[in-house]
Amino acid sequence: MDRVAGDGDPRIDIAALRAQRLGIVAVHGRFPSLGAAGLLLTACGGPLSILDPATAPTERIADLWWVMLAAALLILAGVMLLFLLPFQRDGRSRPVSARAYLLGGGIVFPVVTLTVLLVYALGFGQWLLPRPLEDVVRVEARGQQWWWEFTHENEQGEPVRVANALHLPAGRPIEVTVVSADVIHSFWVPRLAGKLDAVPGHVNVLRIDPAEPGTYAGVCAEFCGLDHAEMRFSVIVHPAEDYAGALAEAAAETR
Amino acid sequence: MSALLPGATPLARHRQLAAIWRNPGGWGRFSAVNHTILGLRFIVTACVFFLIGGILAMLLRTQLATPENPFMGPAIYNQVFTMHGTVMMFLFAIPLIEGIALYLLPKLLGARDLAFPRLSAFGYWCYLFGGSMLLTSLVLGIAPDGGWFMYTPLSSATYTPGINADFWLLGITFVEISAICAAVEFTVTVLKVRTGGMSLDRMPLMAWYLLVTAVMMLAGFPPLILGSILLEIERAFDLPFFDPSRGGSPLLWQHLFWLFGHPEVYIIFLPAAGALSTMIPVFAGRPIVGYAWIVCAIIALAFLSFGLWVHHMFTVGIPHLALAFFSVASLLVAIPTAVQIFAWLATLASGRPRLTVPMHFVMGFFFVFVAGGLTGVMVAVVPFNWQIHDTHFVVAHLHYVLVGGFVLPLIGAAYYWLPQITGRRPVHGLGRIAFWMIFIGFNLTFLVMHLTGLLGMPRRVHSYAAGLGWELPNLVSSFGAFLLAMGFALFAVDLVLQLRYGRRSRRNPWGAASLDWSIPRPPTAYTFASLPRIEGRDPLLDDAGLPAAIAAGRGYLAEPPAGQMETLGVAVTSGRPDQVIILPGPSFLPLVTAAGLGVFFVCFLLDLYRWPDWGCGPGLWGGCSVRDGGTWSVWTATSIAKEQP
Repeated sequence: MDRVAGDGDPRIDIAALRAQRLGIVAVHGRFPSLGAAGLLLTACGGPLSILDPATAPTERIADLWWVMLAAALLILAGVMLLFLLPFQRDGRSRPVSARAYLLGGGIVFPVVTLTVLLVYALGFGQWLLPRPLEDVVRVEARGQQWWWEFTHENEQGEPVRVANALHLPAGRPIEVTVVSADVIHSFWVPRLAGKLDAVPGHVNVLRIDPAEPGTYAGVCAEFCGLDHAEMRFSVIVHPAEDYAGALAEAAAETR
Repeated sequence: MSALLPGATPLARHRQLAAIWRNPGGWGRFSAVNHTILGLRFIVTACVFFLIGGILAMLLRTQLATPENPFMGPAIYNQVFTMHGTVMMFLFAIPLIEGIALYLLPKLLGARDLAFPRLSAFGYWCYLFGGSMLLTSLVLGIAPDGGWFMYTPLSSATYTPGINADFWLLGITFVEISAICAAVEFTVTVLKVRTGGMSLDRMPLMAWYLLVTAVMMLAGFPPLILGSILLEIERAFDLPFFDPSRGGSPLLWQHLFWLFGHPEVYIIFLPAAGALSTMIPVFAGRPIVGYAWIVCAIIALAFLSFGLWVHHMFTVGIPHLALAFFSVASLLVAIPTAVQIFAWLATLASGRPRLTVPMHFVMGFFFVFVAGGLTGVMVAVVPFNWQIHDTHFVVAHLHYVLVGGFVLPLIGAAYYWLPQITGRRPVHGLGRIAFWMIFIGFNLTFLVMHLTGLLGMPRRVHSYAAGLGWELPNLVSSFGAFLLAMGFALFAVDLVLQLRYGRRSRRNPWGAASLDWSIPRPPTAYTFASLPRIEGRDPLLDDAGLPAAIAAGRGYLAEPPAGQMETLGVAVTSGRPDQVIILPGPSFLPLVTAAGLGVFFVCFLLDLYRWPDWGCGPGLWGGCSVRDGGTWSVWTATSIAKEQP
């Protein structure tokens, strides 16, 4: 892996390597006893992988995926079995209970499974929403064709604007205000949080809780015209005590 | 006045009916209004567009096969993916449904033609001309490039100057006129133009599916047409409907688009499900289980499908409570789908199914569509959606649903109905090979694409960097796509072989129970020599002598008055005959009307705003003519039909 984000800053390459190592460590940390599963999960790694989460919410989403995948495979196997078995019988047809099929398979089964999924998902979605908190760090992400302008606030309350790199402190709740200067974009850092659209005329707020310092890759997820594919950025999470220094350094570079 | 004596031979009856219903030859072909001819024209044209859309897909997969591929730049790539989606949705799927319904409906309902034959002809020309406009833009390299969803403000004049987006807005609006025409046509036909005794609950399920589809089209297409007109007005005259800086709303477009766009998925799925509900009982050798359940399920599906468009917009920043509502609706819609799936499974389980070529594709449907439905449940879960929305996971999901729920069943339906259309038997071995190539190619392409999406690859990117873990899955997808394309090519070869070398088929080779198999194959222009009286849901099972009775004139309207194209009008629910409908004959008016409308759209496209007046002239004149001379005015009861034939 030679680079993560679209800016050619050499510091980011080192940080990216560190992030990759951290990712693998995290994977083995979560599933220490499952060697094969660990290997599989390493294959699922990658700087933009949903399956290599780095925060508590994204980890829960990834776990939800694995559970849903297992359930879906079971259901698919069951349906295919019901489809194929009648072909195996030779000779007479036999009457089956239409009621069992239609009521059981068509109504009861989906109602029960979907209700369970829905109740869980709604509670989960509610938990993910940004709630008023003290100690919140607010930053702004402004999407425009075809780059991101990130505005931070330093300790003096002055704005620090950086192109295509968002600096965050680890261990503190972050609120990213996602806005757009022109067309619709979408702010997405898969390992940190789900995506949120930048819609002109709207102000959307995304909550992130970065735990581990490192560099995380982000992309624009909503098609925004000619160079949509190039609209990459990185999120650099610094240890909390280094944050002020990092912002000052970024401000100096921008000037 | 009756020109035939009651005792006339079937041959004499055939000659007289054929003379009345004769389709003109030579230049007169442009005046044809017969449903069999127009249905086949729609189907063939849609297949040509499928070929074009497929070639575009191959270009996309070539570009994405390797990282940083210099094959296409973003400007071309954006046109190609926009046109792939546009062609497949608007110029292939919907018109193919229209073609199938045009071709089949009268044959299933025991009618000689549809309610408004000239309206179908007008719809065909609108489709052909609108589709040609879009194709022209593609050939000239100025095709729409804002995605098939045309989100504002990207598609507004500020960010997409030039003519590209206008091609989309005007071309699609032109094409959708044909969808609205077809929807009106099918609704009236199913409700009024059936044979005697075919009450609503004796209709073949396919007719129910097409009725519900038509009603959904009547409700679903106007939001798209409205949105397109508003956006075109914004682009042409600078009225800021979608411009946030001047009080407009970019999300208004998304609401209008998806209010059409989500029902659209079910509009595409339902006719294919109708084909499944037709084929599965035939190959299981027993009537469908749960007829009433299925009818209720598809009506419920139609209602629910209008209440879940926001699940395409989970990431735009809508309050969570609203998202919860649409999440519930999105999961709820799985229930009527499950009812249908289990009705089909019960039919198979209670019969003795045969694994014919069409059944191979039904099997493919079960695997691919159920898998797509399950990933559909996943994407309806809001937190998961926030991660995978706009990634290749969604691309994989939608292809599982659309190819599984539309393309595979319809290839099966093609193998099922071709003996009826061509009067020939298929060359069987090839169909099975084509199935396995399509099935394996499809799953290689799109099963792996779920992983690509989970690894974070967004949609609609022309290029990607190496080192993100996307190289191998993309290469596998591209390889699978080419296998898939070869499978489709083999299917096309099989069709040509069948047309050219297939042996003559028996009447009703599959042992089906519906009226479409009671007529000569290939079908005659008048379809039914006489309209049989129906006493149950499975007329051919109830009475094996029905085809002979129809040909012998032992039905309604067996003795046509000279020169009048007659079919029966029935009471909506009971199917009691209450009028004889005299249908209008071939005419150039539909072509003239559509051409006038075409002049209007082209003038608008070229910013010649004074000229549309000129285009309007012939268009309006033709429109009035269609109304006065063509359809409604002769759609009156000329005689009260007898209760019994």
